[in-house]
Amino acid sequence: MTLTIILAGVAFLLALAPLAVAVGRSAAATRLVYGASAVVAAISLAAALAHLLGAAPPQNMTLPLGLPWLGAHLRLDALSAFFLVVVDLGALSASLFAIGHGEHEEAPQSVLPFYPAFLAAMTLVVLADDAFTFLSAWEFMSLTSWALVMSHHRVADNLRAGYVYLVMASFGTLALLLGFGLLAGADGLYTFAQMRAAHPSATLGALALILALIGAGSKAGIVPLHVWLPLAHPAAPSQVSALMSGVMTKVAVYGFVRIVFDLSGDPAWWWSIVVLLFAGMTTVMGVLYALMHHDLKRLLAYHTVENIGIIFIGLGLALAFKAHGMLFAAALALTAALLHAFNHSLFKSLLFFGAGAVLSATGERDMEHLGGLIHRMPQTAFVFLVGCAAISALPPLNGFVSEWLTFQAILLSPQLPPWGLKLLVPAVGALLALSAALAAACFVKAYGITFLGRARTRAAAGAAETDSYSLAAMLLLASLCLIAGILPGLFIDALAPVSSALIGARMPVQIGAQWLSIVPIAASRSSYDGLLVFLFMAASGMLAAFAIHRLASDRLRRAPAWDCGYPDTSPATQYTAMSFAQPIRRVFGTFVFRARESGEMPPPGDMRPARLTVELHDLIWDFLYAPLVAGIGEAADRLNHLQFLTIRQFLTLVFCALVVLLLVLAVWS
Amino acid sequence: MVLIRDLVIQGGQMLLVLLLAPLFTGFVRKMKARLLRRRGPPLIQPYRDLTRLMRKEVVLADSASWLFRVIPYLVFAATWVAAALVPTFRTGLLFSWSADLIAIIALLGSARFFLALAGLDVGTSFGGIGSSREVMIASLAEPAMIMVVFTLALIAGSTQLSTVAEFMGSPQVGLRVSLALALIGLGMVAIAENGRIPIDNPATHLELTMVHEAMVLEYSGRHLALIELSTSLKLILYVSLIACLFAPWGIESAHAAWPTLAVGVAAYVGKLAVGGFLLAFFETSIAKMRVFRVPEFLGMALMLGLLATLLRFVTRSF
Repeated sequence: MTLTIILAGVAFLLALAPLAVAVGRSAAATRLVYGASAVVAAISLAAALAHLLGAAPPQNMTLPLGLPWLGAHLRLDALSAFFLVVVDLGALSASLFAIGHGEHEEAPQSVLPFYPAFLAAMTLVVLADDAFTFLSAWEFMSLTSWALVMSHHRVADNLRAGYVYLVMASFGTLALLLGFGLLAGADGLYTFAQMRAAHPSATLGALALILALIGAGSKAGIVPLHVWLPLAHPAAPSQVSALMSGVMTKVAVYGFVRIVFDLSGDPAWWWSIVVLLFAGMTTVMGVLYALMHHDLKRLLAYHTVENIGIIFIGLGLALAFKAHGMLFAAALALTAALLHAFNHSLFKSLLFFGAGAVLSATGERDMEHLGGLIHRMPQTAFVFLVGCAAISALPPLNGFVSEWLTFQAILLSPQLPPWGLKLLVPAVGALLALSAALAAACFVKAYGITFLGRARTRAAAGAAETDSYSLAAMLLLASLCLIAGILPGLFIDALAPVSSALIGARMPVQIGAQWLSIVPIAASRSSYDGLLVFLFMAASGMLAAFAIHRLASDRLRRAPAWDCGYPDTSPATQYTAMSFAQPIRRVFGTFVFRARESGEMPPPGDMRPARLTVELHDLIWDFLYAPLVAGIGEAADRLNHLQFLTIRQFLTLVFCALVVLLLVLAVWS
Repeated sequence: MVLIRDLVIQGGQMLLVLLLAPLFTGFVRKMKARLLRRRGPPLIQPYRDLTRLMRKEVVLADSASWLFRVIPYLVFAATWVAAALVPTFRTGLLFSWSADLIAIIALLGSARFFLALAGLDVGTSFGGIGSSREVMIASLAEPAMIMVVFTLALIAGSTQLSTVAEFMGSPQVGLRVSLALALIGLGMVAIAENGRIPIDNPATHLELTMVHEAMVLEYSGRHLALIELSTSLKLILYVSLIACLFAPWGIESAHAAWPTLAVGVAAYVGKLAVGGFLLAFFETSIAKMRVFRVPEFLGMALMLGLLATLLRFVTRSF
């Protein structure tokens, strides 16, 4: 029943797409498409929530679509219900936001048809129960999101973003295709149920893991496969950026979890080493990239890379614990990872909405041209601040809870016997702590330069508050960030069926703990109570305010800024994003990005301005992708000669190829 | 009855740190002055400063936003809650379980996050320089601190500060290499986080080297008073933390009777005095370092913490 409702929603969304082609140019089309998408997402969200919270048994369905006589297999179990909640919550808020924000769209006809199709595709990926349906839905998701990235195709940067995205997406699907091929085996067991029952051998499972890490990891943004993400996510319209960063990366996480935890059989301990190595690198590289950038949306996209790293750290730990039979620790690590996936979808969508609101109010994405927006857009500034605090893992908001759980999982890992893990896990813990601190630094920069200070340009000075639909969407997500932060026990309990299904164990029931605190293992070991921390902070803050109000002077005078007696009249003398990040660039960037600063000071009497040039190198692009691109170009140039052969030469070529193939066949058998 | 007693003790602990914090700052200043053979301000000078600031009017920059006026309260609330959760004279605080050591660090991180935002709010170059340096220092100090916490948690089998403190007071701890590394690392982090010499100089103004003072340069009146009080609270928090973890003598257990609590308080005050003297002695015997030497200093703290954690991962006997 639940599955039927959700599928009806998908069918409706798919029908909405051609309708949007027909009416795309009319004025009411924006409201119609986004409004209908919001309603469908809300219904589907309710259905998925009912399934997850009710701990209902899995539902199966076979539709007469797809491969002839075999049909498309669909299944709604706890894992897919959880990710459906993530998808639908993201879709609901994005559609709500877009009802207002979509009015600013210059070319709605190139966004509206693909938007509902994209939502339908993500839902189908999560529901698919055979390799064919999964891969078709996955490709459909890639293509619709590619079309949305290309909706402003006249901007040169977007063309490159779309191209890189398309190449990386096909590469990722290829890896997944091979992975499913391995799992299907010689008998071609293409449904997930058959794969699950087949119990693949250790070698096959390991190869499937690596292919899943490449395939799903490239979609999620694992370093070094992340290169397309910071190009493509910001290029799309803001509601789509939010969906791609907040939701589509989670669908990729779903793909990884489904293949590795569900289909690949029992994990070997060294699988976790592979995952943890890449996850640790992803976490720190993502945040360091973000610190070096001053395009607001690109900065947010790089933070997605960082948070995907945090999620994969949890998944890697869960694999290690599962391989050693420490099922409760595995349940803790998996719950931490999934909770972080949920939390990240909340605050990342919120932040992209905020960036979209700023973009439509000022026409600027570059933080160096903004500033002082807190005066012009006070409500947007407030909700954006909540998002910044949540993603920086500040208590009592939700980002802290999932990072705290990940730390608790790390603290359980000395009991793991292999030496490789004993050395790697503390290093990963240090990287996680480092990235948390750097993320806070980065969001001080993002918020401080964009919303605080004085306006740096006329566009920023003339901004106006965004519309009420956008504000409602942001407010919804901000309050969810707070609720998930102060009542994390509810969310952990909701994840229990998922970890029971995948690991065979669950975290202790949290709802009965005193004062709604969360207790991952035992009260004597560790506990955290977001509600009490929130109440204490509110109480002591109000107490201080009350005491000050009663005892202290309440006189207040406005005056020019003091600034040590030399106030700057020009807003250009404020700190910029680049100068704010300069100390961190100097500490980390000289090594990671080979950052160099060179100053050019004209001689006295010369009227030229002094110049400071900062040089940054993306070493991953320079050493991994640039040689690859050059190599492919070179090979294409060489092979180009084959195009201009005479007919005799072509015939010889064909003949030789035939002989070689026959020889191979003869030798093989 | 037990609940009421626990509540009273939790409240008493909150008040105690709040009231002692300015005194402790004054004590450190006095000690530093005496070590330099100056007479120094009286011990109660910080209280006088606070009341004077409270009475003064607030001069608010034209470009300051509402956030600038809210932040002192936020910073004070986060710091006070964190300080209330560190055992001073008695372990087993009533609300100890509501936030463990990692959460305490994160609370201090919240305070710093908002203070750094305040530095950027008015839009002056001094505020920006303070904020950008503060977050650079924090980006190294916070992971170092987390690594120290990992070490302690792995030794005591808990991240709960009360449990850790009780464990550290029990005879089963013994001398360990990892503990020594953690102590050195924690000391370095504490110096950096509180902006003491050699990282930053709390007594200076109008220097290009300042960090904390540059961030709060635009604050005045009651706002500045709250910020000063939070700074004092943070200092006493770190000294209490080091004391309860590495010098847990005299700290009363959760079941102590009323009269013995006086012993606990006396021991706590004694430990504060020793800690304050050591801090003053360290500060007078070392020169302030250039800002870009700070990463080396904190990088060492991070490496010490990582080494200590690695030791705990690899073997149980160190």
